Amino acid sequence: MRSIRAAATGAVILSLALTATACGGGSTTDGGSNDSPKELTYWASNQGASVEIDKKVLQPELDKFEKQTGIKVKLEVVPWSDLLNRILTAATSGQGPDVLNIGNTWSASLQATGALMPWDAKAFDRIGGKDRFVDSALGSTGAEDQDPAAVPLYSMAYALYYNKQMLADAGVDAPPVTWDELVAAGKKVSKGGKWGIGMEGSNPSENIHHAFVFAQQHGADFFTADGKPDFTNDGAVTAVKQYVDLMAKDKIIAPGNAEYAQNQSVSDFAKGKTAMLLWQSASANLKSQGMADDSYGIAPVPVQSGTPGAGKQVNSMVAGINLAVFKNSDNIDGATDFVKFMTSDAEQKILNTAYSSIPPVKAAQEDAAFNSPANSVLKDTLAQSAVALPQVPDESQFETAVGTAIKDLFADAAGGREVTTASVEAALTKAQQQMPKK
Amino acid sequence: MSPDTAMTATAPAAEAAARKTSPGAEHGPRRRTGRIRRIGLPYLLLLPALLLELLVHLVPMVIGIVMSFKELTQFYIRDWGAAPWAGLDNYKVSVDFDAPVGQALLHSFFVTLAFTVLSVGLCWLIGTAAAIFMQDTFRGRGLLRALFLVPYALPVYAAVITWVFMFQHDNGLVNHVLHDQLGLTDKPSFWLIGDNSFFALLTVSVWKGWPFAFLIVMAGLQNIPRELYEAAALDGAGMIQQVRRITLPSLRPVNQVLVLVLFLWTFNDFNTPFVLFGRTAPEAADLISVHIYQASFVTWNFGTGSAMSVLLLLFLLVVTGVYLVFTSRQRRPSHG
Amino acid sequence: MASSPTAARVSPATSTSPASPMAPPRSFLWFRRIFLTLLTGFVMIPVYVMISSSLKPLADVTGTFRWLPSELTFRPYIDIWSTVPLARYFVNSLIVAGAATVCSVVIAVFSAYAVSRYSFRGKRVFTVTVLSTQMFPGILFLLPLFLIYVNIGNATGIALFGSRGGLILTYLTFSLPFSIWMLIGYFDSVPRDLDEAALVDGCGPLGALFRVVVPAAIPGIVAVAVYAFMTAWGEVLFASVMTNDTTRTLAVGLQGYSTLHDVYWNQIMAASLVVSIPVVAGFLLLQRYLVAGLTAGAVK
Repeated sequence: MRSIRAAATGAVILSLALTATACGGGSTTDGGSNDSPKELTYWASNQGASVEIDKKVLQPELDKFEKQTGIKVKLEVVPWSDLLNRILTAATSGQGPDVLNIGNTWSASLQATGALMPWDAKAFDRIGGKDRFVDSALGSTGAEDQDPAAVPLYSMAYALYYNKQMLADAGVDAPPVTWDELVAAGKKVSKGGKWGIGMEGSNPSENIHHAFVFAQQHGADFFTADGKPDFTNDGAVTAVKQYVDLMAKDKIIAPGNAEYAQNQSVSDFAKGKTAMLLWQSASANLKSQGMADDSYGIAPVPVQSGTPGAGKQVNSMVAGINLAVFKNSDNIDGATDFVKFMTSDAEQKILNTAYSSIPPVKAAQEDAAFNSPANSVLKDTLAQSAVALPQVPDESQFETAVGTAIKDLFADAAGGREVTTASVEAALTKAQQQMPKK
Repeated sequence: MSPDTAMTATAPAAEAAARKTSPGAEHGPRRRTGRIRRIGLPYLLLLPALLLELLVHLVPMVIGIVMSFKELTQFYIRDWGAAPWAGLDNYKVSVDFDAPVGQALLHSFFVTLAFTVLSVGLCWLIGTAAAIFMQDTFRGRGLLRALFLVPYALPVYAAVITWVFMFQHDNGLVNHVLHDQLGLTDKPSFWLIGDNSFFALLTVSVWKGWPFAFLIVMAGLQNIPRELYEAAALDGAGMIQQVRRITLPSLRPVNQVLVLVLFLWTFNDFNTPFVLFGRTAPEAADLISVHIYQASFVTWNFGTGSAMSVLLLLFLLVVTGVYLVFTSRQRRPSHG
Repeated sequence: MASSPTAARVSPATSTSPASPMAPPRSFLWFRRIFLTLLTGFVMIPVYVMISSSLKPLADVTGTFRWLPSELTFRPYIDIWSTVPLARYFVNSLIVAGAATVCSVVIAVFSAYAVSRYSFRGKRVFTVTVLSTQMFPGILFLLPLFLIYVNIGNATGIALFGSRGGLILTYLTFSLPFSIWMLIGYFDSVPRDLDEAALVDGCGPLGALFRVVVPAAIPGIVAVAVYAFMTAWGEVLFASVMTNDTTRTLAVGLQGYSTLHDVYWNQIMAASLVVSIPVVAGFLLLQRYLVAGLTAGAVK
């Protein structure tokens, strides 16, 4: 047996040696190069109704870019289920695309990995300067005290979608402006299998988006000014409770929504099961489900009182997609050119029209296509009353911890358990204790 | 775990172990080359498997263990050779059962254990029963056998998403039948959130898992000689006695491995809970694999995630060791 | 495929043939009938749901459950090919799972033969090590494995990550441990007298393996092959990070039907059925090998 032990020891040593090389091998070249100037790899996120539709939207534009610059762009549309994992493994190994789409809420977390090229003033100059972009969109590109990790590509904001007929039938003439009005309207609608409003109770990210806005309206935040988690302050607790109470106390959300995580609330709205819906650009989706454009209206998300604006009058997070350049790219110049191309006024119009989002580029916003009543609501929200989610490296932990806590609170509410200030506070305390200590 | 105990487990019967000599030894015409071949050949035969296991399982595992001693957060994943050593910090966080992280891990561990024991037990029971029942030919046996393998043939994602579809609160088949049609519940139940989610998970796991047990046991049954049954029948043994006295003992080598790997797979199963519940599972069905995934990939703390994995590995090593010792002890007298 | 239980057909047609030692008692037959009926129901209900949902328009699938479609449509079966590149994913899956199965079975046969028929130093270490690999949570070695593949790629130019080759290598190794362990058991149950006889007839050890042991252990080998195939066929986690658009497998690709906008339930069901048909058909073909066991009397 002795020789076997020796062999086993040898194997372990060999593994360790391999480990050592693997450790060192992760990022061989820091910063990028321009070794292959004629080619780029681009990971696009899935923005349209399917991966194939995205390819049809993007490919003609990429061909245009090739014609202009001679750079061939290899496109891969990565489904959302894989995108973050693919980016993480790419960051770990240094093997990734040159240019990629990221959810804008990931900006600060990904920035912390150091895998993305920072957009300093010089880099921004190459794509026409920072001034071309809307402020709120720029606010969601990384930590405040650092150069942005990405450039805004598509912007979105939440709006209140309401079924005109259902509200009218319930005797509500105008879409609610405040939460009290929304609850009152919801109560009038919620009978006979119909409900006031729909939510995605099992989707941590959706929960975070709403809870964050409620917190802003109560003058609270989930992080302190120096980036420490602070989930249990009074404002945050009140905010989460107000959100969950829409189901627990006001009973204007169907209990079944507690398990929604796959956009079932949009289907419910399209089918006339719920009268209202808070969503980011639902139009294309509603159309595909057979809801006529003129049967619903779009209004700003309610506030506590008054009208939407800055500070406590915030009524949406800044949603959207950013475009980032992978630091290890072997075609940094080409990648920058590609970002310039994608954020050019002309491309912004084409792409944002195709995806029914709002261009984060000021000049492109002027286009008539973005002045429809629906788009005006989104545009105004973005310009005046939308705030970026906390730009801290722990953002994704925050989404998971608090988003899950709210999911569990919804499950309690749906199961008939009482949701009290104390239970909300307990859930948030637990969430906060799960955050990294440092 | 001592290798000796495991080895006894491999041997199908004590008798066979005693007879284990190279078949080439006595018959090889050329003694010398025969000898070299005799020594070299088994190693040569094992080489491909060994190399692959080393590359895909063992070396990554060693790297994983190294990672568990590092502070591997998003700040360091890009060049994790440079991540600071964390000593035992990751382990301390994981096993501090007074703090939420440790508590959650412990809770998840017990949920997983209960789930695994129930799932493996049911899979084995149903699979074995079905295999024994379908030993004799009857009309439609071939069709039935094919149907039974369908859950196993469906891609996991497709199978589990179908169950998600059926378990929906408002539009699902399960509530439609239990509540709307049979009226067994006062109001529709939740299956994908809350406490029922455990049973939903168990149902899916058994549905997906038992055909495998069926398949393996069915293949195992083919090797039981008919004469044994005939002899037992002459002794006047009934069906149940035949199963107890012949079928189950003969299946023991197959079952020993089958139950063990079912246990290990179910314990580590990631696909089922992940597709069923998404990246955050309800507390009642918070399986450890998803829990670790969340700790590493969702919160980007690969050090803690690895530490949890290593703890899990240690636990499974102990369980496997005890299991092998136990099953081997049990087996000896029956053959003695 | 009918969803109604086939219990009516479960009758002891030939169970009283001479091979059967004694006729099973009536209670046994009844118990068997009930058990198999219930089991068929349990197995087939989700399958029925898949079939019926795949024939419904999307609006029908997102509404209250109904046993029968309000209107039949074959639209999903047309749409599945354009929503995601299903054909490509399907071919990828077949190649990856097929190659992994063949390699895994061949390598496992060699290993199991060595362990079953020879005594040599390190045997215990080998068997225990192989088994212990089943205990690793996949998460533990996902990132390290990815790193190793990338480094091998950088050092040798062999692209393992992102390629089908890397996936084949990974999956065949996943199924190896169990395959080896199962085959050791099956080979052990093949009487040694048989291969000794072959050796007397002048076969080498490998000749004995392929002419005697392998044919005698066909059911076990088929079972192991089916297992190896399904392991590769269904794996999600590794495929999701180790493939790209051109090499993506079905298990991951099917998720493409649930997009940011919508979950195309009906298309998921239709696509799952379409891709499962060849696999089920393959099962049907392999079945007779699965149960063609040793001839009675071969074992003393």
